[in-house]
Amino acid sequence: MMIRLTVNGTPRAADVEPEMPLLWVLRDVLDVKGPKYGCGIAQCGACTVHVNGEPVRSCSLPASAAAGKQVLTIEGLAQRGRMHPVQKAWIDHEVPQCGYCQSGQIMAAVALLKKNPDPSDEDIDAAMTNLCRCGTYVRIRAAIHAAARSMKPVKT
Amino acid sequence: MTIGFRKSRRDFLKVSAAAGGGLALQLTVPAGALAQSPGRRGTSGALRSYTDTGPELTAWIVIHPDERVVIRIARSEMGQGSSTGLAMLVAEELECDWKRVRTEFVPTSEQVRRGRVWGPMATSGSRSIRDSQEYLRRAGAAAREMLVAAAAQRWKVPESECDAENGLIIHRPSQRRLRFGQVAQAASKLEPPRDVKLKGPRDWNLIGKPARRLDIPDKVTGKPIFGIDVQLPGMVYAAIAQCPVFRGKVGSVADERIRGLRGLIKVVRLEDAVAVVADNWWRANRMLKLVPIEWDAGADGGASTESIREFVRFGLEDSMAVARNDGDIETAFFSAEKLIEAEYYAPFLNHAPLEPMNCTALVKNGRVEVWAPTQDAEAAHAVAAATAGVPIENVEVHLTQLGGGFGRRSFQDYTRQAVAIAKAMEGTPVKLLWSREEDMQHDYYRPMTLMRFKAGIDAQGNVTALRVREASHSIMAGIRPEQIKEGLDRHALGGIIDSPYSVPNLRIEFAMRNSHVPVGFMRAVFHSQNPFMRESFVDEMAHAAGTDPYEFRRAMLKTRPRDLGVLDAAAKAAAWGSALPAGVHRGIAVQDSHGSYAAAVFEVSVSDAGELDIRRVVVAVDPGHVVNPDSAEAQVQSCVAYGLTSALWGEITLKDGRVEQSNFNDYRIMKIAEMPRRIDVVLAPSGGFWGGMGETPLAPLAPALCNAIFAATGKRIRSLPLKHHDLRRA
Repeated sequence: MMIRLTVNGTPRAADVEPEMPLLWVLRDVLDVKGPKYGCGIAQCGACTVHVNGEPVRSCSLPASAAAGKQVLTIEGLAQRGRMHPVQKAWIDHEVPQCGYCQSGQIMAAVALLKKNPDPSDEDIDAAMTNLCRCGTYVRIRAAIHAAARSMKPVKT
Repeated sequence: MTIGFRKSRRDFLKVSAAAGGGLALQLTVPAGALAQSPGRRGTSGALRSYTDTGPELTAWIVIHPDERVVIRIARSEMGQGSSTGLAMLVAEELECDWKRVRTEFVPTSEQVRRGRVWGPMATSGSRSIRDSQEYLRRAGAAAREMLVAAAAQRWKVPESECDAENGLIIHRPSQRRLRFGQVAQAASKLEPPRDVKLKGPRDWNLIGKPARRLDIPDKVTGKPIFGIDVQLPGMVYAAIAQCPVFRGKVGSVADERIRGLRGLIKVVRLEDAVAVVADNWWRANRMLKLVPIEWDAGADGGASTESIREFVRFGLEDSMAVARNDGDIETAFFSAEKLIEAEYYAPFLNHAPLEPMNCTALVKNGRVEVWAPTQDAEAAHAVAAATAGVPIENVEVHLTQLGGGFGRRSFQDYTRQAVAIAKAMEGTPVKLLWSREEDMQHDYYRPMTLMRFKAGIDAQGNVTALRVREASHSIMAGIRPEQIKEGLDRHALGGIIDSPYSVPNLRIEFAMRNSHVPVGFMRAVFHSQNPFMRESFVDEMAHAAGTDPYEFRRAMLKTRPRDLGVLDAAAKAAAWGSALPAGVHRGIAVQDSHGSYAAAVFEVSVSDAGELDIRRVVVAVDPGHVVNPDSAEAQVQSCVAYGLTSALWGEITLKDGRVEQSNFNDYRIMKIAEMPRRIDVVLAPSGGFWGGMGETPLAPLAPALCNAIFAATGKRIRSLPLKHHDLRRA
C-alpha cells in the first residue's frame, strides 16, 4: 500500500507493506539513514525518531501506524542550518564514541527536554533507556543537563 | 580518477593478513602490474576515502592551496578516538594549523599499490597510537622540513633561517611569511628527508592537551558514515541465516516456499549459511524466516554450557603444559604455614557492538569493491580477493566508521559472506546485514576460562609459593596455531604469565581446551577475565595473610614502580583506609596490559536484600604519554560500562550446540540508570613510553568490584556473572 507521511517537514510516499517497520521505510526506501538498526525489538533505541512529537522505536512501529503523521529524525533536528541545543551540548561534552547509538540518544533527549525542561538525574534515568555499548552515559547525562540550562528562557 | 603520487620504488610488495577462521594469507604481487584503484561510486557524502588528491607531503599528508590539511588515517575508528589522536601526532610535528585539519581513511588499493606505505591497518590490541606514534610524528616532521625547504628555495635563503609555526613558514631575519598552502605544491616535489629530529615532550603543543574529536560533528547530525549506511545505485540487500550449531552445514533449503514473494531477488546457499537477497533488508529478513532450512549440525549438536564447562575443567586435572616453574613449588607448599586454594570461572561473552555485522560488496568484471566496518581493512582486502578469486590488485576496500568493534570486527567472516553473495549477484552491489539474533549467535566469543590457584603463606604473611593452573579455549589455536608450542598458548595466560608480583616459588600451567565454540579477541582479551581471577585470589591471599589488600599488593610490587604507581594513585584518590559511611566497603585491584598500567578502587554497599550499589569507581591509568586526555578519560568511562556489563550480567550459554541468547532482551547491556554515578578518572602518565588506553582500564574493574563485595558481605565471588550470586550476607 502507498504510505504517505511527512519526514522532517517534507511530504514523502512509500509503496510498502503496511506492517513494514517505519525504520526500514526510512532507511531502505526513503534513504534517511540517521535512525539505526540495533536490535529490531525495541530494546536498544538506536532507531528512535519522533512521530507527531512523541519518541518511538521505529523498528517496532508498522509503517501503517505512521501514515499521515509527522516524522522527525536526527536529520531534521537542525533549524535553518543551526543545530539543536541538544546537538550542541553533545558536541560541547564530546559525547559520542563510536556514535552509532547517538542519533537515537539525541532524539530521546530532545523528547525528554520537551516534556521536562529541567530533568533531574532520576528523570534522565527513567526516560533515557537507549543502550550505548561504548558507555557514553556519564557525558550523556552531563550534556542533557547542559542542554536544559541552555534552553531555559532568559529572564529579564 | 588520477592520483598524484610519486611512484613506488619497490618492485614487490606483500600483504599479510590474518583472516577470520584461521585463514592467513600471504600474497606477493609485482607492483608494476597493479592497476589504478577503481573510482568511487555514488556513495553518501561522508563515505569518502582517499578522494583528496592535492599536493602530497609524505604518504600521510595532503596540503591544499587553501590551507586545508588532510591527514590520512590507516587505523579503524570505532569510537576510541584514535583517528583524532593519530592526526594530532602528525600535526604536532607538522606545525600546521590544527583548525584546518581533517582526516580520511587510507583505501586498501593504494596501500597495496604503494607497498604498504601506511604500515599495519589492523586496529586491535590498543595498538593504534602506541605502534604508530613514532612514524606518524616522523612523517609530520619530514613534511614540515619539506615545506621549510620549499619556502627557503623560493626566498633563496638558508633553511636554517626559517621556522614553521601554526601553518606558516617564517624567515626569521626578514620576518617574511608564507602559508603552507602556498609552498605545498613545490614541497611535494622534494624528496622527504631521511633523518628528522622529533620534539621532546616539553615542546609539545597538541599532545597531552584536550582536543576536540574530529569525528563528532558527523556523529551528532546523523551523517551516513557507518557500514550499514552505505547506499549504492542499484544496490540490493541480503539477510543471512547461519547454521545455529558452529561447524555445522546447510542441509536442505526449501526456497520454493518464498518464490514469487514481493521483493525476492535470489536465494544464495553458502556452505554453512543461507542468504536471501531482496529489494530491501526487511523483506529479505522476513522471507529468510519463511524458508525452511534443514541444518546438518555435525558432531556438536549435543553440546551445552555444562558439558563444555566440564570439558574445560577436566583440563585442570589433566597433564598440563608448564609455562613457568621458578624455585621448588612442592617443597615451598610443604613448609608453608598456611595453604589456600580456589577455583575461578569466566563464561563465554558476546561483544555486542551496537551496529550488527554488515558489509557491502560489488563483484564485477574480475574486480571486487567492498565497503566494510572492519578493524582490519587489509584482512578484509585479502579475504575479498580470496573469496572472489581475483588478484589482490583487483580489490578495493573502503573503510567506513565502525558502530563499535571491541575486537569482533577483527574477524572477517561477514566480509567473506558479503563477497560470496555478491559473487552470486555478479554486477550488482549487495549489502549484507546480520540481524541482531545472528550477531548474538555467531560471534567469536570471549573464551570460557577456568583457573585454579594454590598459595603457600609463611608465618610472617608472605606468599612463598603460588601455583596457577589455567584451562581455557585458545584464540591463537584458531588464527595463529604456530604460536602454540607443545600445548602452551602463552597468549591465553595474559595477566598470569606476566603478573607483576614477586613470588619466589611460582609454577604456571596451562591446558588448552577448545570446544566447537569459536573464540576471539574481546576488549582486553585474556586481560578481561584473567585479572578477575588473579586479583580476586590476591585478595584471598591478603586476607589469609591478615594483611590489608592494598598494603599486601604494595609489598609484592616493590620491583614494579609503574604497577605500584597506579596502585598508589588509585588508593590515594579513593583515600584508601579512610572512614566510609556505614555499610560502604572498598575493594582494590591492579593490572598492567597493552603497554599501560591501571588500578581501580570500588566503593560498594550491599543491602540486606542482597542488592548491590556501586557508589564510586576510581580508576588510575598510566599509559606513559597521553595524547588526547579527553579521549583517554572517555575510554576509562567506556571501560567501566563495558566491564561492568560483563561482570554483572554477561554470559553466553549453549544448549543443543547452539547459543541460547538472541538479543538484548536476554543479553543485558548496561543502561544509563545503572551506570555508576561517581567515576573518578585519574590519568597518571609517567612519561617515557606509549601505552594503550582502550583496554587496560577494563582489566582491574571486575576484581576490584568483587573484592569490595567480599569486604561488604564476606562472600568471595569466584565465578561471573554476578547475577548468579546471592549477595545477602551469609
